[in-house]
Amino acid sequence: MELTGAQIFLECLRKEGVEVVFGYPGGAIIDIYDQIPNYPFKHILVRHEQGAVHAADGYARATGDVGVCLVTSGPGATNAVTGIATAYMDSIPVVCFTGQVPTPLIGNDAFQEVDIVGITRPCTKHNYLVKDIKDLAFTVRQAFYLARSGRPGPIVVDLPKDIMQTKAEFIWPEDVSLRSYNPNLLPHTGQIKKVAKLIEQAERPIIYAGGGVISGGAEDELTWLAKSLNIPVTATLMGLGSFPGNDPLWLGMLGMHGTYAANMAINNADLVLAIGARFDDRVTGKVDTFAPKATLVHIDIDPTSIQKNVAVHVPLVADCKSALSALKAEMEPNLDAVKAEEDHAVWVRQVQQWAETHPLRYKKGGKHIKPQYVVEKVYEISNGDAIVATEVGQNQMWAAQFYKFKKSKSFLSSGGLGTMGYGLPAAIGAQMAFPDKLVVNIAGDGSIQMNIQEMMTAVCNNLPIKIVILNNGYLGMVRQWQELFYNRNYCETCMDAQPDFVKLAEAYGAVGFRVTEEKDVVPVLTEAFALPKTCIIDVRVDPEENVYPMVPAGASLTDMLLV
Amino acid sequence: MRHTLSVSVENEPGVLSRVVGLFSGRGFNIESLNVAPTLEEGVSLMTITTVGDEQIIEQIVKQLRKLVTVIKVVDLTELKAVEREMVMLKVNAEDAKRAEILRIVDIFRCKVVDVSVDELTLEVTGDHGKTEALINLLARFGIKEIARTGTVAMKRALQA
Repeated sequence: MELTGAQIFLECLRKEGVEVVFGYPGGAIIDIYDQIPNYPFKHILVRHEQGAVHAADGYARATGDVGVCLVTSGPGATNAVTGIATAYMDSIPVVCFTGQVPTPLIGNDAFQEVDIVGITRPCTKHNYLVKDIKDLAFTVRQAFYLARSGRPGPIVVDLPKDIMQTKAEFIWPEDVSLRSYNPNLLPHTGQIKKVAKLIEQAERPIIYAGGGVISGGAEDELTWLAKSLNIPVTATLMGLGSFPGNDPLWLGMLGMHGTYAANMAINNADLVLAIGARFDDRVTGKVDTFAPKATLVHIDIDPTSIQKNVAVHVPLVADCKSALSALKAEMEPNLDAVKAEEDHAVWVRQVQQWAETHPLRYKKGGKHIKPQYVVEKVYEISNGDAIVATEVGQNQMWAAQFYKFKKSKSFLSSGGLGTMGYGLPAAIGAQMAFPDKLVVNIAGDGSIQMNIQEMMTAVCNNLPIKIVILNNGYLGMVRQWQELFYNRNYCETCMDAQPDFVKLAEAYGAVGFRVTEEKDVVPVLTEAFALPKTCIIDVRVDPEENVYPMVPAGASLTDMLLV
Repeated sequence: MRHTLSVSVENEPGVLSRVVGLFSGRGFNIESLNVAPTLEEGVSLMTITTVGDEQIIEQIVKQLRKLVTVIKVVDLTELKAVEREMVMLKVNAEDAKRAEILRIVDIFRCKVVDVSVDELTLEVTGDHGKTEALINLLARFGIKEIARTGTVAMKRALQA
């Protein structure tokens, strides 16, 4: 039987097992919307296309599956670009389908026409314009395959309106292999032996884990490696949750706002095992002085990550799970657990001493509520079991520092691109995937206003997301930089002209709380977390609190500003 | 150092901008670029010459391989290869200079492809070094116009 392009497209989504689509209709995509009621998946109508992509991204991060979004041509597509770039920088599998003007009009500056394939070429893993109905099913199939395989990433598929109206036979392509795309997955045996040997000989090893551990599903292997060999673990922002945040070997995050212990350990280690991480500038600080005493081992699925920022001694191209499994197979038979423990005992003690002398801390007892205190209480009240989304800036760093992530896929944050406005829609995506879990968005008063319109999406879908605004009336992270490096010239960072967030919550049909005194933090959070409704908790925190430790941009990791 | 990369790509719309966009977006240089179809249907060959230290060239090669539409990348600089580019130049050739220019044409095995009262248009084929040498030699006569192709290159059959 012949189907229209729109039907073929939706059949493909069904074949891919898509359960939720985040989208926004428009003229060029209307043929697909016309058919959506006939298909089993849920469509979530967002209020802005950026929200659709972030929601699909949040869904993908929380589940590990591909997130799907559907937007129209022109402004619909350009609104999606920030979301696409966010997913690209953090290697998140998202497929974004964009409407396009009919093929005969392409290039004519038609109404709502934009060259979205051209625009998104540098911020997608790959993208497509479907110009022939015969290519449609295969293209959709490839898009999902590319998004989730190898180093994951966003894919854009541009769908001209006339193709959606053309009829053709629906043939689902079983084979999706591409001659020009072979993600190299298996680790080189020689390199595995080399790494095993290095680990055996190391006196002061440290694991530096990144988002690749989570996207590669290598958390158990990582935990095995750390625990059986008694190796301390630090992680990047993207790697939070890859190793239990309440384990004694856990040092906290490293880098610009990393812990004293993590940064000192990197600086003094004789072996750094970088696993699924990419030596980002926020992690390394000054590259020349990063891990100066260490042999660097770099495990990553993407060859371009290796030797890009830092010259490493032992590269190992493979997905983290295969690499660490191979390493385990190599090391386990000869493993002397007692010896391994003893070998690194002095080092682990040293590292823990650093953690004890300079733990993550903040000054207590002032007249203001401290934002860190709020995050600590969010952690305690949620038992550490919440899915935590964040916006970007101080709120994000405090969430990363003070919420101890026990499981992977429980921290959703825009790491690479640093997209303000990410948290609320990402929380929507996560709550759609896990309706019964507690999903908290830790926000700032600046960031939350960047996609505040998605409140309506949350409320009308009965998503009981808890938005905790650490409200300091500033664009706090920029203000912090101005305070520390720009002579306190607080130019345009004071944003105390703000909506009444409680009334705003009510206007959207959500529940609003305001907290102005420390004693109310716990009772209000407890009450809000128990409510089966979307809640905004507007916590007025110390306006000039800073995130510490801080390594100034471009300085060495040991040059930390401490509390 | 100058490297010549031979890049096989899927012959489809947008593939050139993916490659070129990669270079501009990541701050790499393209010195010359040549694209044409190959004998295999659906496959085009790009020959790209670029300049950079070892680490940059390694990144370029890896980034190119990462593009989904790139089938194969070979750095010919590491191999024995034949390279050619073609240059056409229009050079001042008044009566007094003409004989000497024609002598150079002879030495370099160029062709004269157009003549006027006081100009000669020459065609030369050779590797980058040869064409550069010719341009340098003819500069003193006054080169009025120049048009050159990118490099095309091929691995030699015997690599020993």
